[in-house]
This record gives sequence, structure tokens and C-alpha cells, in this order.
Amino acid sequence: MISTHIGYYSLLLGFIISAILLFYSIFYFKKNNQKINQNIFSLLFFQFFSVVISFISLVYSFIISDFSNATVYNNSHSTKPMFYKITGTWGNHEGSLLLWLLVLTLFIFLFIIFSKKQPTKYRFLSIFFQQIIISGFFLFLLLTSNPFNFLFPIPNEGLGLNPILQDPALAIHPPILYLGYVGSSIIFSASLASLVQNNINKEWANHIKKWIQIAWFFLTIGILLGSIWAYYELGWGGFWFWDPVENVSLMPWLCLTALFHTVIVLEKRNLLKSWTIILSIATFTFSMIGTFLVRSGILNSVHTFANDPERGVFILIFLFSLILLSIILFFIYQVNESRLEKNFFLISKETSILINNWFMMYFLSVILIGTTYPIFLEVITNEKISIGPPFFNKLIIPFLILFLIFMALGPNLKWIKDSYKNTKYSRIFLFFVCIFISFYIVKKTSSEILFISILGGAALYLLFITINEFLNRKNNFSQTISHFGFSLFVISILLNSLFSSEFSANMKLGQELVYKKEQIKFLKIKSIDKENYKSIIANFEIKDEKKNITSLYPEIRIYNQPNILTSEADIKTTIFFDKFIVINLLKGEEIFNVRYQTKPFMIWIWISVCLISIGGIFSVLKKN
Amino acid sequence: MTRPIKYILLILFFILTFQKPSIANNISFEVDKISKNLRCLICQGQSVYDSQSDFALSMKKLIKNKLEDGKSEKQIYLYLKNKYGEWIVYDPEFNKKKFNIMDISIDFIYFWRPINL
Amino acid sequence: MKKNIFYLSILLFFTFIFTIFYIGLDKPNFYKPKEVKNKNLEEFISTELFSNKQFNSKDIIQSNNFTLINIWSSWCAPCRSEHAILMNLSKKTDLNIVGLNYKDKKNNAIKFLDELGNPFSKNLIDPDGVISISLGAYGVPESFLLNNQSRIIKKYIGPLTSDNISEIIKITQ
Repeated sequence: MISTHIGYYSLLLGFIISAILLFYSIFYFKKNNQKINQNIFSLLFFQFFSVVISFISLVYSFIISDFSNATVYNNSHSTKPMFYKITGTWGNHEGSLLLWLLVLTLFIFLFIIFSKKQPTKYRFLSIFFQQIIISGFFLFLLLTSNPFNFLFPIPNEGLGLNPILQDPALAIHPPILYLGYVGSSIIFSASLASLVQNNINKEWANHIKKWIQIAWFFLTIGILLGSIWAYYELGWGGFWFWDPVENVSLMPWLCLTALFHTVIVLEKRNLLKSWTIILSIATFTFSMIGTFLVRSGILNSVHTFANDPERGVFILIFLFSLILLSIILFFIYQVNESRLEKNFFLISKETSILINNWFMMYFLSVILIGTTYPIFLEVITNEKISIGPPFFNKLIIPFLILFLIFMALGPNLKWIKDSYKNTKYSRIFLFFVCIFISFYIVKKTSSEILFISILGGAALYLLFITINEFLNRKNNFSQTISHFGFSLFVISILLNSLFSSEFSANMKLGQELVYKKEQIKFLKIKSIDKENYKSIIANFEIKDEKKNITSLYPEIRIYNQPNILTSEADIKTTIFFDKFIVINLLKGEEIFNVRYQTKPFMIWIWISVCLISIGGIFSVLKKN
Repeated sequence: MTRPIKYILLILFFILTFQKPSIANNISFEVDKISKNLRCLICQGQSVYDSQSDFALSMKKLIKNKLEDGKSEKQIYLYLKNKYGEWIVYDPEFNKKKFNIMDISIDFIYFWRPINL
Repeated sequence: MKKNIFYLSILLFFTFIFTIFYIGLDKPNFYKPKEVKNKNLEEFISTELFSNKQFNSKDIIQSNNFTLINIWSSWCAPCRSEHAILMNLSKKTDLNIVGLNYKDKKNNAIKFLDELGNPFSKNLIDPDGVISISLGAYGVPESFLLNNQSRIIKKYIGPLTSDNISEIIKITQ
């Protein structure tokens, strides 16, 4: 009861501070203050602190199951385990936005601490732009999705949390993803500030680079965690489905990856200034578009858990005001750039980074169009269509071949000007050897044999080149490991999709089936009552040709609040294979539908993404 | 013999060793392939392949029956589109009325090009 | 001048996107199938639940002016509530009501009909759900009203309501 009051008023306080900061930052900016004074500093801290208080009081309301709070009532239940009471705080719309706000205020606070070497005016402006975003989110929370609404009369019991969200991954996936999303907001404000101050140069690039890398790192890890979660929880054994919500997280990632590379050109050569600014603006815009698409429920998705069109209108207006603001600023403060033609040579590192950008923008456009096209078509022609995996695979995978090749060649080029005369024939030879190897691997599997062997070959080629670079310590470590990770990523996905096998059948207790040299036996079944669900655990035994026995325990959970049935897969992971089994209750029968899959190199997909992000964190830690 | 020629010959050798492979085309593989491209209508976000709902299970059986009757993949899509509408397929065909989505994608690359280049 | 046009077109572009998203927000995000009109029901052959005889759907439909095909199952809760309405309809009119028993066990289906009454003139079985899919059904319960040419006059997704029933009576008389 009292915590709801505290939470609400500290949220209000945070908003007021935001208004004061907006005024102060522009006031001092005009006054040509030499230093950021202590006032601003403490205000920023207080703002962060008030959001922290507000967040903690919401967590507290969840912990004590205070159902006088509408958010708690809608998303919690007294029998829910303590861990999920806490994580459930951000497992809903209001709470997740409060978390978003928390990260926003944290980032600007840290930004001001770590940007002491930068010009004061630029720092004032960064605060100003960031406060526009922050106050927008404050308003959004207070007006449309207040987490501290009272309910009267006080209900005895809550409605419970969606069982799919009752998973340990809820504790880390959203916060880390938000660090990535929100991290892009600081890039947005900083780049607008430096645009207005006309201070886009090598030093600025060097300073903003770290923030880009941090945001990129968290976004990568956040997407990875989401993907792993979907893999074991949603019960289909897939890890990426080109679902709108997944696409929406990939769009800012692609933008940020492009920016990651472009900012290096700016740092080293003082080129591509306006392009860097555009990418910075676009990255945050795509994060916001993501929020809009997910939160408004405009799209059909398996991951959408809460939506409300009214909120959609607010985000939409807010989003387009930010876009409008940045476009206007971009036109007023145009960047004077030295003409690129004079400074760019066809064969150089700059060009290869530009090529990277082209690919990123192409992938981004495909995903953007594929995701939003159904909305456009429905509004214009009232027809409903679905755009799914086949569309994305068709438009993205062929371009991956070229992308991989450029990725292998690019980093070895010199800045400013290089020559193709340095090309070693052994490199070309290696490429064909790679294609040949991959041809022999995929020979018996697919119908598009030539295409897949070339794709696999290109990935292998990148793999060998990066290993070679690593051994000779030719390029910087972080870049090599990220590119190596990417090649491993493509190879693992390729092998995974080619050699996955699946078996689905209806089985009774005690039944035994043979599938591709493997014996699957349904041994036991038992049911256990847990805190807030009843669990039916089956025991399967899988005997392979070498008589190795694997025991698997898939589970069906019948939750009481809300009354929902979920299937929990059991996965046995080894270096080469994942054995994945999931069961479903068939209606009106005592038979279970059993789905058993072997998924090769699953673990390598996760490892490779970790390697990619390790590259990112190494660049952050690297001293200049 | 100069080095480049030597390499080119080796490459030619490799290309020639590519033979047309025999493709094991069994029905369950086809069922998987087709059902991955169909949206499970009652579960919104999932594909028929991924879903374990009654609708999806029956749908898979129907696809199998149709394949055994000798229907092609395209005929099956057409059959289902007739019954359930365009919404069921994940890879809609784009006729002239609905703009060409490939064209739009290519236009977008142009739009996104780094400024001044 | 050229630059102004460029800026203007960008602004227009974003306004356009804004408008589309704004209108899109109001659209329902669940899929509602379109009315099927002037389509014929696909012919099918199935076994009768009680007599175990094989029937061709065409023969059943042709012999009556109108036929209502109702997809049901003993495990589906809405079917249970719908059943009273179907019983009512079968008592009031002499409409030919044909049941299609979706993915059910024979014993359960017979028990269900014993308990709640049997409104169906014939009860065909669909053990693996393939027939229902080939008819274009979404799930249970679902009903099709057909004329003697197998043409679909009306399709009802979900349980029939009393309003639907009066509509059916109006059409068939």
C-alpha cells in the first residue's frame, strides 16, 4: 500500500527533475558555462535515484503480493515462487517500461561521469536531448501505463503471470536487452549534440565509439539470450523464426553493427561524418520502432504478451516527434564534409567498411519491409498476408555468400589505398578448396547442393582466414575473434539446418519405437504437485547404435493461475548434438504426442555468438 | 608453367568433380518443408510445422495424403489458399496488384546509400 | 530548390508511414476469415459412427434441400453448450443435420450423444481431422449450411448461437 504511494511520487519527482534539467541544460548552454556545475550533476543523480526508489517499491509490492496495486494484481499470484515474484516485476508492460526508464537515467548519469574530457557545451546538449527522451518516457508511464494504479476493493488473489514467462531467463534477458536498446539512446543524444555543436571529428568518434561498443555488446547478448530462451521454452526446437518481435530486435542490431564499423572510419580518416550521424539516429529510431511494434500489438507474434492500442498511439507520436526533431536538426546543421571521391580509393579499408554498411543496410531493409509490409498492405488494400521465413531466407542467404567473402578480404586491406597486386593466388586457391570441402560435407543432404556448398565454402574460407590472422597476429584481436565467431556462426547454422532430424509420433506408456537406428522407449510417468503448478514428468530412454543410453525427462506443467498448460522440453547437450524431446497431451486420450529431435551443433551456435560479442567487449576494454 | 595457370587448372579440376547428386526425396521430408511455410491459423504466430495443436497435426496429415496422391507442393499451397486465404502461407506470391516486394527492397538499398557517395 | 524538394519528400515519406501505422493500430490483429461465398463443399467419404457404413457426402447432401454439417467432439467444451441448441433445432425443424465427429474416440462420442441426445441424422467420423481441414474448418465446433448442390450458404465458426439458429430457420424455410 505505502510502497505504491512511494513509487508513484518518486516517479513524479523524477519527471519534475527531468523538466528542470531540460531547462537548466539549455540555460547553461546559452550562458557559455565553462564547467558542468555540481547542481546538474546532483540533479542527474537524484533523477536516477528516484527511479531506483520507484523501481524498488514496485519490486517490493510484487514481493509482498500487494494486490491493491493493479500491476501486481494483473501479473502476480501469491502462490508464485519468490524468484518469479521478483522477476515478474519486469515481465509485464508497466514494469518493463519502468526498467527501461531506469536504464535510461542510469546511462545519462554514467555518460556525464565518463565524458569529462569532452567540450562542456556538447555535454549540456547531450543532457538536453537525453532528457527529451527521458521525459517522454516519464509521460508515457504516468499517462498511459502507470505501474502504481490502485485497485479498490482490494482483490484477494492476483491473476498470475503467464507461465511461459516463469523461467529463470526472465531475470536476465529483458534487462540485458534493454541495456542494448537504451544504450542506443545515449548514442542518439550524443550525436545530435555533436551535430549541433559541429564537433563531429576524430576525438568525438574515439569517445562515442566506446558507447557504441557497449550498447552493441549488450544488444548481442540480449538477442542471444532471447534466442536460447525461445529454443528451450517454446517447444519447437527452433531458435530463430523471423517472427516480428525477433526481427524488431535485429533491426537496431544491424544498424548498430554498421555504426560500429563506420565510426572507425570516422576515427581514423575523419570521413563519413553525416553517415555516422544518420546511423546513430536510425539505431535509436529502430529501437523505438521495436518498442512500438511490440507494445502496440499491431503485429502478430508468438512473443507478444501484453498490448494495448492506446499506448501504441502515444509511442507512435513520440517516435515520430523524435524523428522529426532529428531530421530538422540534421537539415539545419548540415555537416560540411570533404568530398568522398577525393578521399576514397576503390581498394582500401574504407571501401570495405562501406561495403559492410551496404550489406547491413540491405539486410535491414529486407527485414524492415518483411516485417511492416503486411501492415501497409492491410491498411491500403484490406488484405491480410503473412511474411515468414521463406521470404527472409530467399532474400538474405544468397547475399551472405558475398558478405562472407568481403568479410574475409576487407580487414586485410590497408587504409587509404591498397592494390590488388598484393593478392596472393594461394588465397584464391584456398577459397576453392573450401568450396570443395563443404561440397563433400553437404553432398547427400539438400536439393540446392551447389548453392549451399558455395555458402558453406565462403564461411569456411572466412574461418581459415581469421584463424590465420589470429596465428600471425596480423589484425587486432577483437576484430579477428568477432569475424571468426561469425564464420563459425554461419557454419553451425548451416550444419544444424542440414543435419537436424525429427521424429514425431503418438506413444503410450511402455511403448518402444525405432527411428533411424535409435531406439526410443517411453519408460515411466509420474506427476508431482509444485507450488503453483502440477507437473507430469515422463521418462524416455534413447539407445543409439553404440548402445549408449540417454535418459530424457520432458515435462508437462499444468499451471493453476492462470490455468495454462505448458510443455517443457528436455534437452541433452553434447559437443556435437542436442537431443531435444518434448511431449504434448493429446485431448481425450491417454496417449502422448512425442516429438524427438536431434539438432547438431546447437551449442556451437551459442558459442559463436558469444565469440562475436567477446570481440565487442575486447574493443571496449582496449586502451587507445 | 606460370603459377596462375597452375591454380586455374586445379580450380577447373575441382569444378569438374562436382557431379549432380541424387536427392533422397521422401514424403516426410516434403511434409516438413511444406508445413514450415504454412501458418497455423489458430495459434497465430507459429508455423504448422512447429505447432502441436490439433489443427496443425491434422494439417500435416492432410499434406501427407495430398503428397501421396501425387499433388505437387504448389498445388497444395493453392489448395490451402483457396480454403483459408492468403494468410496461411508465409511466402505470399506478389502479383502486380500488390507491388513487387523485390523492387521495393532494391529501391531501399538506394535510399540507404551513404550520403554523398 | 532541389534540396527543398528532397527535404519535403522525406517529410512526406515519414508522414505517410505515420498515417499507415496510425490506421494500422485500429485494425484487429487476429485473423478473421473472409465470408466464403459461392464455394462448393469438397466431397468426402467417411464412416458412420453407429452403423459403421461408408457414406459419400454428396449422396447425403443431394437427397435433402438443405443440410447443416456440424463439426463436434466430445472433448470440446463449447460443443457441449452448443449441443442443446442443436437439439432444439432438430426438434423444431426437419432440417438434415449431419455431425462430423472430429478426432474423437468412438466410446466417448457415443456416451456424449447418449447423455445429451442425438440431433444428427447421420454422424460421420473424422478420426485424424483431415476431412475437417479439407472442408476448410478452423476447429471445433464449426458448422456449414449447404444446399442440395453442395454449395456453402453459411459458415459458422465457433458454437452456434440462438440468433444463428433463427437465421438458419429463416433461410431453410
